[in-house]
Amino acid sequence: MDLNFTPEEESFRQELKDFFAQSLPDDIRDAVKTGGELTKDMMERYHALLNQKGWLATTWPKEFGGPGWGPVERHIFEEEGARAHAPRIVPFGLSMLGPVLQKFGTKEQQDHYLPRILNGDDWWCQGYSEPGAGSDLASLKTRAVHEGDEWVINGQKTWTTLGQHADWIFCLCRTDPDAKQQAGISFILVDMSTPGVEVRPIRLIEGGHEVNEVFFTDVRVPYSNLVGEVNKGWTIAKYLLTHERTGIAGVGFSMQDLAEVKALARTVRRNGKPLIEDPLFAARIAQAEIDLEAMKITNLRMLFTAQKNGAPGPETSILKIKGTVINQELKDLRRRALGPAAAPFPGSLSDSNLDMAPSGHANNAARYFNNRKTSIFGGSNEIQRNILTKTMLGL
Amino acid sequence: MNFDLTEDRQMLQDSLRRYLADKYPIEHRNEVAYEAPYHDPAKWSELTELGALYALAPEDKGGMGGTGFDIAVVFEELGRVISPEPVLGALMASRILSHTEADQTDLLAGTTRMAVGLGEIDAPYDLDSIEATAKANGDGYTVSGRKSCVYGGQAADTILVAARLDGKLAVLKVSAKDADVTSYAMMDGGGAAEALLDATPAGLVLADAAEAIQDAINAGIVALCAEAVGAMEVLHAMTVEYLGQRKQFGRAIGTFQALQHRAVDMLTEIEQSRSIVIKAAAELGGSDASRYCSMAKNLIGRAGRLVAEESIQMHGGIAMTWEYPGSHYAKRIIMIDAQLGDTDYHLARVAAAA
Repeated sequence: MDLNFTPEEESFRQELKDFFAQSLPDDIRDAVKTGGELTKDMMERYHALLNQKGWLATTWPKEFGGPGWGPVERHIFEEEGARAHAPRIVPFGLSMLGPVLQKFGTKEQQDHYLPRILNGDDWWCQGYSEPGAGSDLASLKTRAVHEGDEWVINGQKTWTTLGQHADWIFCLCRTDPDAKQQAGISFILVDMSTPGVEVRPIRLIEGGHEVNEVFFTDVRVPYSNLVGEVNKGWTIAKYLLTHERTGIAGVGFSMQDLAEVKALARTVRRNGKPLIEDPLFAARIAQAEIDLEAMKITNLRMLFTAQKNGAPGPETSILKIKGTVINQELKDLRRRALGPAAAPFPGSLSDSNLDMAPSGHANNAARYFNNRKTSIFGGSNEIQRNILTKTMLGL
Repeated sequence: MNFDLTEDRQMLQDSLRRYLADKYPIEHRNEVAYEAPYHDPAKWSELTELGALYALAPEDKGGMGGTGFDIAVVFEELGRVISPEPVLGALMASRILSHTEADQTDLLAGTTRMAVGLGEIDAPYDLDSIEATAKANGDGYTVSGRKSCVYGGQAADTILVAARLDGKLAVLKVSAKDADVTSYAMMDGGGAAEALLDATPAGLVLADAAEAIQDAINAGIVALCAEAVGAMEVLHAMTVEYLGQRKQFGRAIGTFQALQHRAVDMLTEIEQSRSIVIKAAAELGGSDASRYCSMAKNLIGRAGRLVAEESIQMHGGIAMTWEYPGSHYAKRIIMIDAQLGDTDYHLARVAAAA
């Protein structure tokens, strides 16, 4: 048993600290810190900054232009990024499609798409969920028909995160309607500028525009846009689900939220005293802190196993469930700490010089509502429980 | 970073697990756990021969371990069979004595049995409220007061007692035969005692002992939490096995999602419990030990209640019986919460430090 990082890992951590302190642009840091909008331009600048250091494709091996990090280095990167108020890297090209192409793509696909992902030439989004296929993803209906040397695609995808910025979408499409559900699905790449692709925004609970619907009407793309074998797309989808899950606990972000809520509770006052001196509120913070402290170790234990075995095990679903629940509790505490001062709709006081919340906390209610998504997306916490039932309990 | 046991600790774990699985089946455990002296003296001797007590003390005090991880390995194994042997008293006594030059040879060999009397009826957990007092008396000392829930006190030769001496918290040793000791079986098996002291002759162990006592409590918390993890894992495994076997409505009840997800939530909390024990064990003896031990005791109090209550509920009626082993595990897991500070007590301590 040894909970310490190696001297090499510690000096890597220091290098990251220095990098974020010196290089992260103020406007990007402030947007993350205040829960404001991260524009496409901000994300592209942030990606370019990391790419210069060779740190952008955190999950890629060196041969494809990644840094060749193991799970522990990735964990340190995520922790320091969160501490420095750096954004999360947009995952669709970098941690989803990239690894898929590296495992299932042709040499031509790898040579063409991977450098473009690294250089920010293509912004990718994910075409998985459909209105009738959420947790039951394999029931998806978007149809791709092979005609000549083309695929003709008709259907609808939804919850397409940042699809409004995207140049390309990778889609799961039904290519054999007669086969058993999982057996008739293929993984196809679609240029968003192809005629027949239409993106419509979905406004989220807190008012923001993060996700979209994407409609496909007689969309024709080259047959060679197929990744892997035809009708084997489900294998790819499953690979993605189990491939890279070290960041899934979001420990670094929760540590940041904990620090923020403590600072906030020292600032706001109740009954003539700082809120932190209210024993009930202090107890709620303490309980979240205890759960997070355990989560940190649970995360490290699973990193250790992943490092040792070369792959994370099914137990990582525990990280998803508990990690999101803890973070949602912290987001709730940030909202509650403001009391009625959490009320103003984001931006509705921007014409006045009145502040109701301490600096950086005006969007706490919006963040709380937006964050409810985390226990729903990426395989809802109930789906994670189904996975654990099979893999860990054998029931 | 490494979460594997060292070779030595792995050997200790293996030998304890083999021995306890073989020699401490649940039927035997239940026989001895509720009949005076509420443990099995023969098994105590065999356990000590396996080195279980030496693992609890550092080398310079005559032991072969003494770190949080050593303690956790021993107690997790004891928890797996819900052993009623009075090892907690030995650990905490050794921990206090390690702050002195006292010889621990007989204690660690298991030939002298010690228990620690800290809590009182109106001060079960907090040291500041202790009312027992000690006085100098000729060459020696006397102690007066009532020490409550002295775990292992029913089987102890010597009781180490926390008492006020000249305005400070001191530890004195009292021979059990000089005190008015009332032994009893505990709800969850194993024994404890009420020790009534009335100008009882005592020897001074440590005059300014607050730090040593806190260290002993912290070590005791690591031990109890590891014991709880061992017991929770076994109870969870029993529950999952039962879900797979028990049929109602023509199918195994483990096919019902309402039960599957709850069994998964138990697993999640057990993993979290194991994690916080590792953290507390790593910090034991350091400057932040009390904080992390409080975190561990709080989390395990919550997780323990979930695991115990859910396992009873999902078993149904069978887990309400004395005959079913799981019910005894559930009792032990629940009752651990009241030892050395419960969920609320430790939550308040963590909150106060925020």
